[in-house]
Amino acid sequence: MQETIKYWRGVEELNNTPEFQQHAHNEFPEFLPVSEANGDDSSSPVAPRRDFLKLLGFGMAAVTLASCEAPVRKAIPYLHKPEEVEPGVANWYASTYFMGDFYNPVLVKTREGRPIKIEGNPLSPITQGGTHARSQASLLGLYDQSRLKGPMAGGKEVSWKEVDQKIRTRLTGVQGKVVLVSNTIISPSTKTVIREFGAQFPSFEHVTYDPKSAYGLLRANGGLVPGYDFSKAKVIVSVGADFLGSWISPVEYSKQYIINRKVTAENPTMSRHIQFESFLSLTGANADVRVPVKPSEYGAVVAALYNAVARGAGAEAITAPNNAYAKQVEAAAKELLANRGAALVVSDSNDASVQALVAGINRALGAEGSTINTAAPSYVRQGDDARMLRLVQDMNNGGVGAVIFYGANPVYDHPLSQQIVSGLKKVGVKISFADRADETASLADYICPDSHFLESWNDYEPKRGFLSLAQPAITPIYNTRQAQQSLLVWAGSTTDYYNVIQRTWSGVVGSAAGWDKAVHDGVAQGTTGLNEPTAAVAPVTLAGAAVGINKAARAAAGKGAFELEIYEKVAIGTGQHTNNPWLQEMSDPTTKAVWDNYVTISQADAKAQDIEQNDVLRVTAKGKTIELPALIQPGQAVGTVGIAVGYGRTHGGQAANNVGANVYPLVTVSDNALQYTNTVTIEKAGTDKPIAQTQTHHTVMGRNVVQESTLGKYKQDPKSVTEYIKIATPDGPQKPQKVSLWQDYEYKNHHWGMVIDLNSCIGCGSCTVSCQVENNIPVVGKQEVLNRREMHWLRIDRYYSSDATREDGGFEKMEDPSANPAVVFQPMLCQHCNHAPCETVCPVAATMHSTEGINQMVYNRCVGTRYCANNCPYKVRRFNWFNYANNEKFDYNMNNDLGKMVLNPDVTVRSRGVMEKCSFCVQRIQAGKLEAKKEARRPKDGEIVTACAQACPTNAIIFGDMLDPNSQVSQILKREEGERAFHVLEELNTQPNVTYLTKIRNQA
Amino acid sequence: MISCKKRAKSTFLLPFIFIFFVVSSAFAQETAQVGTAGVTPGSAEAAPAAGGGGGADAAVIDAGSTLFKNNCAQCHAVTAEVVVGPGLKDVHKRRSQSWLQKWIKNSSALIQSGDKDAVAVYNEYAKQQMPSFAFSDDELNAIIAYIKQESESAATDMAPSGVPGAEAGAQVGTNAPDAVGGYVDMLLIVLVVVLIVLVITLLIIASVLKNYLKNKTDLTGAEQEMLERRTNFANIYKSKAVRVIVGLIFIVVLVDISIDKVMGVGIQQGYAPRQPIAFSHKLHAGDHQINCNYCHTSVYKSEKANIPSANICMNCHSQIKKESPEIQKIYRAIENNKPIEWVRVHNLPELAYFNHSQHTKVGGVECQTCHGPIETMEVVAQYSPLTMGWCIDCHRNTPLNTEGNAYYDNLVKLHEKQSKGAFIVASNGGTECSKCHY
Repeated sequence: MQETIKYWRGVEELNNTPEFQQHAHNEFPEFLPVSEANGDDSSSPVAPRRDFLKLLGFGMAAVTLASCEAPVRKAIPYLHKPEEVEPGVANWYASTYFMGDFYNPVLVKTREGRPIKIEGNPLSPITQGGTHARSQASLLGLYDQSRLKGPMAGGKEVSWKEVDQKIRTRLTGVQGKVVLVSNTIISPSTKTVIREFGAQFPSFEHVTYDPKSAYGLLRANGGLVPGYDFSKAKVIVSVGADFLGSWISPVEYSKQYIINRKVTAENPTMSRHIQFESFLSLTGANADVRVPVKPSEYGAVVAALYNAVARGAGAEAITAPNNAYAKQVEAAAKELLANRGAALVVSDSNDASVQALVAGINRALGAEGSTINTAAPSYVRQGDDARMLRLVQDMNNGGVGAVIFYGANPVYDHPLSQQIVSGLKKVGVKISFADRADETASLADYICPDSHFLESWNDYEPKRGFLSLAQPAITPIYNTRQAQQSLLVWAGSTTDYYNVIQRTWSGVVGSAAGWDKAVHDGVAQGTTGLNEPTAAVAPVTLAGAAVGINKAARAAAGKGAFELEIYEKVAIGTGQHTNNPWLQEMSDPTTKAVWDNYVTISQADAKAQDIEQNDVLRVTAKGKTIELPALIQPGQAVGTVGIAVGYGRTHGGQAANNVGANVYPLVTVSDNALQYTNTVTIEKAGTDKPIAQTQTHHTVMGRNVVQESTLGKYKQDPKSVTEYIKIATPDGPQKPQKVSLWQDYEYKNHHWGMVIDLNSCIGCGSCTVSCQVENNIPVVGKQEVLNRREMHWLRIDRYYSSDATREDGGFEKMEDPSANPAVVFQPMLCQHCNHAPCETVCPVAATMHSTEGINQMVYNRCVGTRYCANNCPYKVRRFNWFNYANNEKFDYNMNNDLGKMVLNPDVTVRSRGVMEKCSFCVQRIQAGKLEAKKEARRPKDGEIVTACAQACPTNAIIFGDMLDPNSQVSQILKREEGERAFHVLEELNTQPNVTYLTKIRNQA
Repeated sequence: MISCKKRAKSTFLLPFIFIFFVVSSAFAQETAQVGTAGVTPGSAEAAPAAGGGGGADAAVIDAGSTLFKNNCAQCHAVTAEVVVGPGLKDVHKRRSQSWLQKWIKNSSALIQSGDKDAVAVYNEYAKQQMPSFAFSDDELNAIIAYIKQESESAATDMAPSGVPGAEAGAQVGTNAPDAVGGYVDMLLIVLVVVLIVLVITLLIIASVLKNYLKNKTDLTGAEQEMLERRTNFANIYKSKAVRVIVGLIFIVVLVDISIDKVMGVGIQQGYAPRQPIAFSHKLHAGDHQINCNYCHTSVYKSEKANIPSANICMNCHSQIKKESPEIQKIYRAIENNKPIEWVRVHNLPELAYFNHSQHTKVGGVECQTCHGPIETMEVVAQYSPLTMGWCIDCHRNTPLNTEGNAYYDNLVKLHEKQSKGAFIVASNGGTECSKCHY
């Protein structure tokens, strides 16, 4: 028998030392030096493991026991069900959005009594169903936790009765004049109430100012904003006015503007749009010709344009300062003169001289009666800079006894903020109607929070002869009261504000039935005459204007520093929306930045000053300094910088505070008016602060992702404007669709499709917000956007043109945009490919195609491999890295009970670890089909629309059934086949159900 | 030795296999029963209205019947029986058409106008006011036509019209699944009997042969040994193969049971929680035949079949059974302005979207198809499992209700042209993910 061979484990075993024996028996030391390593020797080192096991066992048992019984869920019905409410069925109410910025009649969708979506009111002749990102997102203001829960007196919560009594007592004994400070009010009934309230005081004044003032425009046009009508204009020249994004009435102007921008092969004409501006605005990005101009040169450009037009029209010329853009101005003047009666010039300058010349040009061009509707001037700007400045003086002189702030926050948004703060100390009674303790309200004695517009009755007259109503879509959530009602109470009236509105409207609607119809429609025609501004603004003459312009030009000349233009962002506005996470996270149309303001600077200046993106710059003007990161902006005029207002709030609320910096203090006060320009010096602060941009590739680098052409080419041959890629096959070059691995499915019932007209898309972003609201898309915050984890299902890609070609040095050079680039916007969403690359790689079949052509995403099946996102050539899939809805790190609207009320009950709130993407609003498709089935008919075209298509103010997105030969989508596809219709990355043969139409610029 | 072992194994295995068959067939039967019972239209499927006699248009009478059941039947019977208000048999003979119209649209106005008949009726029925109904004239005429037709048919052929309908209904509800179950049971019993007989016969044959061999003397030693050998159970116990098989079976059964249990987590079939008010569907929907839609008002309109608000209870209970302690709870809720917190019985996970109106209004599915014999339930219990498998099963087997719905016209034609099978829910994409998950 063979002896087993023995192997020693080492010399120790061979020698069998006592140490070895001991270690062999104690292979696992009883004492683990864990707590010692942690510097903790208080607890016993032995016990924890057993305790841990005990706890583990107990925990497991407890969890198992707890999970045995499903939680009891309650179903709580109404006690008295309101007749019009059916659980599960949405109710719609007509209302109106106007938060001091622009007017937008809306429809409010409510479910079980809570508003969950805002859409445009298609009955409105002004906005015709269009919406703006701000009006879409204003819904969230209703569920804002930062709102005050009730009236406050001296920082303490009090009852309405108490606060009313105190205020009435103090107002009766007031010394000096009583002043009500507001932004523009376009509500005839509110004005009646203010007048009634003021009548009880010997000296009462209503001071109106606007954070982004149009005082110059008002002075030049007799106190009214002219009734611009872009739909009649064949040539539009804008000097600095961002009329598509934020100026005066962007929704209305977008609707009008786009009428003459749509082209078809039968009617290949479009308006011509020339823009002179310093920073690249949304409007400038859409212009056919864009000339970067310094803000100080606006006057010179307008004067030169005036002279050129006057020459042609036979009017008297003025002495104009020199300008460097004679050639472009001459060209613009020629086009304007060639289209007399169909030409329009606008400017956002707050210099009355500039505006007087603009008015003069329009008069010379015969715009009045055609592109300016003289019968319907606009009332949406009534701010009087001079009176506001006088009020600041009066307060500091002690002449004001009581001041009431209604919808105004001058401590934040007026350049003389410091004087206002010091002046307020000398005012006896300070009352604010602010819905939160904002910068101004926090200095007030009493805050009587106004209700949100969705909780209130109100009326509006934005233009002469056009009226609309706002009705409550929900009872006030907090103990708030409408400001008008408060004023009525303090005036000793017992009338309800609702009755005041009815009285105002009695002459317009007539009978009770007429009133009911007006409430139903939300809009009406007729005029109250109450909204005509009563206080006259200082007029300005042409001669005076000439003098003013030359003076301004002389003052600006010879300065070496940078010129600052202060502008309004499309999303945030003048600051009233800063606490809205949806708008904070909406990427800016041109810069694509979120959650910040910044200094836009041209590429040339950045190079000269050795400034890189994200470098923090110290911007100083007359002793006032703000620090903001630099954003290198193609198209920015050399020698200028731009900074947006609306940021840097200190009392705005959770999402608003400490985001960006407040630029209002840098607004220039001169000649009793505010100028949104200044001369600044710039130096690097030495630190950097990353700007979160949702798009960091600025050009298409010669790829065929987005297609554009010119009107000249389109007129010659509509079939030449789009490039169709063919692939090589044995039978020669073929359309990519000819070669396929898959057996195609035959669509029988519906085949949903979308057409996006790049010619109509102005890039405003209202679709992205609408999509976010409709589909419960979470807000992720700045850091996550920096991590490239934004969740928007629909984004708008913005591409700049590049001067370089592939021959110039390869793709690297092509990454750099031109100094003054052409811009094209491309809404990008799930393309719902018929041959979807994502579907084939999912290991759990969580994404698949439906019989109606929809690429379905099944959240409850998804295990989060993210293969689909990797395989998607359009990069439209979004992954839930966190449970955004219940994670305190993402403390936005979805993380509190109130904010959750805005969620759409028809759409699942996604959890962590699943993929999501555009669903073509399948909940709307299903609801639309069901409605049709219930009525035993086929769905009508236009009945089923996605949220993006419905929100679009320019009808750039059309959605419908491609199997219905009469649907708009089918008609467009038939018409544009082989001309402008193209699919993105067609060569991949993904066969998308989203079709784009080539952008046509009005160029030769 | 070897052959011996084999035989032992097979004798041991036989009963096991037998048990397996019995158990599994019983399981199969159970699932089959749930499946079929789930889809079979319940007994409440109304027998088609007896042929449209009396001259009036059948469609009008049909509409009248629906209107009557939804609005009037809570207080009035079509017979002479008094429920809350008078029985309406032959009411068209007693009152003029115009009087009826005035009365139904606004009875209090008619009473106030001093109409003799109106005041008499009002006084006769304890001064209870009949609520006003905003019917159009056409709708009113339809209701009256229905009452007329019912009164006449009741007078002429009361017996034959009532009985066959009820019988047919009962058959639809119960017989079909029962018949299937009975057949399987019978087969099983016969099989078992045959098996027992077989076993007994075999045992008898074996003992006869054994006895015969014992009497023989010319047997070899080996044969003798074989004959005298007795089954040794210890051997069976020690057999590796037996142990492995028993172990395997044990594991399989254990895994099966645990999978079953795990899959059952969250399934609340049979869940019948105690409700804050002992409301009986048997009494309301069964005995009094109140239409489901009367209380669950949104079931044909909305995604949700709402729980009725207290004011709907008050339509009747402001007059009826006011003293009942359960009804008192409703009064208290209204007085305290505190809604009644019912316990939700049917809970779908939030990731699934279900729309009642899609099924009731468009699909024409009866409430009982999913909710079971609700009209017999004192306490509502969850009848169906409400699992995805259960949903899909029905979508795969149910023909689409395309009759008279222009939405489907073209689809039906296409389907007939291209495929042979019935046009079921699944053939129209009814099993696709985003029909329910979005």
